[in-house]
Amino acid sequence: MSVIIPVAIVSGLGLFFGVGLSIASKVFEVKVDERIEKVREMLPGANCGACGFSGCDGLAEAIVNEGVAPDRCPVGGASMVKQISGFMGIASGEVVEKEARVMCDGRFDNIQLKYKYEGIEDCHAANLLSGGAGTCNFGCLGLGSCKAVCPFDAIVIENGVARIISEKCTGCGKCVEECPKHIIHMVPVTSGFTVFCSNKDKGAVARKACKVACIGCRMCVKACPSDAITVSDFLAVIDPEKCTNCGECAKVCPQKCISDSRVRVTA
Amino acid sequence: MKIRSFRGGVHPPQSKNTLECETIKMGIPEKVVIPMAQHIGAPCKPLVKKGDTVKVGQVIGDTESYVSAPVHSSVSGTVTSVDTRIISFNRPITCIEIKPDGLQEVKEDIKPPVISNRDDFLKAVRESGLTGLGGAGFPAHVKLNPPGDTNVDTLIINAAECEPYITSDYRECIENTENIVDGIRAVLKWTGISRAIIGIEDNKPEAIRKLEKASKDFSEITVQSVKTIYPQGAEKILIRTLTGREVPSGKLPANVGCIVMNVTSVSFLASYLKTGMPLIKKRVTVDGSSVKNPANVEVLIGTPIEEVFNFCGGFTTEPGKIIMGGPMMGVAFYSMDLPVIKNTNALLAFSDVHAGLPEETSCIRCGRCVKACPMNLLPFELDRLVRAKLYEEAGQNHILDCMECGSCSYTCPAKRRITQSIRIGKDALKRMANK
Repeated sequence: MSVIIPVAIVSGLGLFFGVGLSIASKVFEVKVDERIEKVREMLPGANCGACGFSGCDGLAEAIVNEGVAPDRCPVGGASMVKQISGFMGIASGEVVEKEARVMCDGRFDNIQLKYKYEGIEDCHAANLLSGGAGTCNFGCLGLGSCKAVCPFDAIVIENGVARIISEKCTGCGKCVEECPKHIIHMVPVTSGFTVFCSNKDKGAVARKACKVACIGCRMCVKACPSDAITVSDFLAVIDPEKCTNCGECAKVCPQKCISDSRVRVTA
Repeated sequence: MKIRSFRGGVHPPQSKNTLECETIKMGIPEKVVIPMAQHIGAPCKPLVKKGDTVKVGQVIGDTESYVSAPVHSSVSGTVTSVDTRIISFNRPITCIEIKPDGLQEVKEDIKPPVISNRDDFLKAVRESGLTGLGGAGFPAHVKLNPPGDTNVDTLIINAAECEPYITSDYRECIENTENIVDGIRAVLKWTGISRAIIGIEDNKPEAIRKLEKASKDFSEITVQSVKTIYPQGAEKILIRTLTGREVPSGKLPANVGCIVMNVTSVSFLASYLKTGMPLIKKRVTVDGSSVKNPANVEVLIGTPIEEVFNFCGGFTTEPGKIIMGGPMMGVAFYSMDLPVIKNTNALLAFSDVHAGLPEETSCIRCGRCVKACPMNLLPFELDRLVRAKLYEEAGQNHILDCMECGSCSYTCPAKRRITQSIRIGKDALKRMANK
C-alpha cells in the first residue's frame, strides 16, 4: 500500500504539469515565420559571421524580414543564392564566387631573417617588432593569425607562408580582415595567374628583401595581350576580370613571382 | 628621512656594474644616421637633401606640428642619403645619413638664447630639440606647457633610474650636479611652478649626497630618496610615491598638478641655456654579458650602435640579443646599423644564454602578476582576454592604463608573455579606434 501513495502523487504532478504546459504552449505561442526556418536550412550553417549578422540564423531572419540579398553570404556560392532567391521569389544577380589568396611567396628559401622571433605566435605581435622577422616588410609573417581565425580549416602555414587550400576556402573573408600585412585578397575562383607578391618597394630594395619579389619591371604589362596588368608602387597587379589566363606574363617574369594558382594548389 | 614607495613592483637584480665608470667621450663615427622621428608626435620633414653640407647643431629636420621637436645634425659633413628605413616598431621613418668631415665645425648662429618671458623659454626649449631623455621621448616644450585648466604646483625630477644596468642618469647626477640644479631653477623661474622634488632611489647615496649639497641654498628644491624597487621611476608611479597623488586613468600628470622631467633633461636644458648648443649627444650605458668593457659613453646622436660597441672593446661572446634601453622595458634590435637616438640611455648586449626566453606554460592563477602590477591591473585576466581576442572587454578592464613595465612577465612563474600579450591588445584597440 505504502508504494501507491508516492506513485499517485508523482503521476498526479506529471499530469498537472503536462496539461499546464500544453495549455501554455498554445496560449503563449510565438509565431515563427516558417520561411526563416526554410532559408536557414538552405544557408551553409557554418555560423562564420562573414555576412555581418550573428550567424546563419541572423542572416536568415534578415533575408526574410528585411529583404537582405542572399548573396550577403559569401560562403554558400551561386547554387545557394539561386535556391534562396527562387524560394523567396526575388531575382538573383550574377554571383561571382570568390576565394582568398595570399599574395606572397616569401618562403624561408626566398627571404632571410632579420632576427629570431620568440614570443606569442601571433602575426600582430611580430608585426609590432620592426614589422616582423623577415627581410621583406610587406610579406607574410607566417605565424598563422589567419589560420587561427579561419572557420573552415582552409589555411596551412608552409615554410613560413600561409597558403589557402582552394577546395576548403568558402570565401568568407575572415582572414582578409585579420592579416596585419593586408596581403590576403579576395579573387574570383576562376582567376588563375596571380602576382604572388605585395612588395611596394623599389625594385632593388625589393629584390634584396626577397628572391621572388615583384620589381615592377613591366615585362608582364608588355607581354599581356589583354591589358589586364597594371603596375603601381613598383608592384604588378592582374585584373581578374580582364585576365584570360593565357599565361604570357608568367613566361616573361624575370623574378618568377607570377604563377598559376590553380596549378599551385594541385602541385 | 622617510623613504617612500608604492604598492606592487618587483626586485630584478640591479646589475649596476657601471656606477663608477666615468663618462668617456667617443670620437666622431664613420657615419651618422639621424631619424626624423626620435620623439612621440609628428615626424619632422627633412630640411636638407643629398649632397648638402651641414654643420654641428644645424637644424636638419623640423615640422609645423606642435607635438614635435626639431632634429639637429650632430656632426659637420656631407649628407649622403635621405631615405626611409624601419628603425623600430613598425613605422618607416625618414633618415638622414651624414658622412662626417671630422672638423666638427659649429653652425655660426649657435648662441645662448635670450629669454625674457615664459613664451621665449618654451620657444627655446623647442629649439633645443629636447625630448624626454628618460625613454619615452615626449617633446619637452609640450610637457612644460600644460593645458590651461590645470594648475601645476610641483616639478618632479626623475632621477630614480629603476631599470637594471642603466647608470647614465646616475653619472649625470655625479658629474653635472650644478647643471641639474641650474636647470631646475630655470624651469621653476620661467614656468612659475613653486617647488621641485628630485626623486632618487636609495641605492645611490653618493648622488643623493651631492644633489643635497648642491641644492641646499635653494629651499624650493628638495631631494627625496625613494625605495629601490622597479618600476619606481615610471612617471605616474613616482608622482604617487612623492606626492601621494594618483593620476586618474587617461589623464596627464598635469591634471594632478605635477610635471615630471628626467634629470638628464633638466641638466641638458641648463647647458643649452648657457651655450645654445642643441641636443646632439647623449650619455649611453653600454653593458651586458656580451660586452667586453662595460662603460658610460658620450655618443653623438646618430652613431650606429655597432661603432659604440666596438668602442667598448667589442663582444666577448656572440650576442643573442641587443637591447636599446633597459632590460625590462627596452626594445630589442635586429641590426647593428641602427643609430643611437635622443632617448637612448643604454645599449645592452646579452649572450644567448642570458637572452633566451624560457618555455611558456599555462597560467596557474597564482596572482603574482596582480601583486606585482604597480597600476593595480589584473595582468593574467588581460592576457586571457587578449588571447581570446576579446579586445573590447580588455579595454573595459583598463588595458590602456598598462605602461608595459614588464613586472608581470618578470614575476610570472609560468613564464607567460603577459606584457607582449597586453601590447597586442593595446595595438588592437588602437586599430579599432582608428577604423
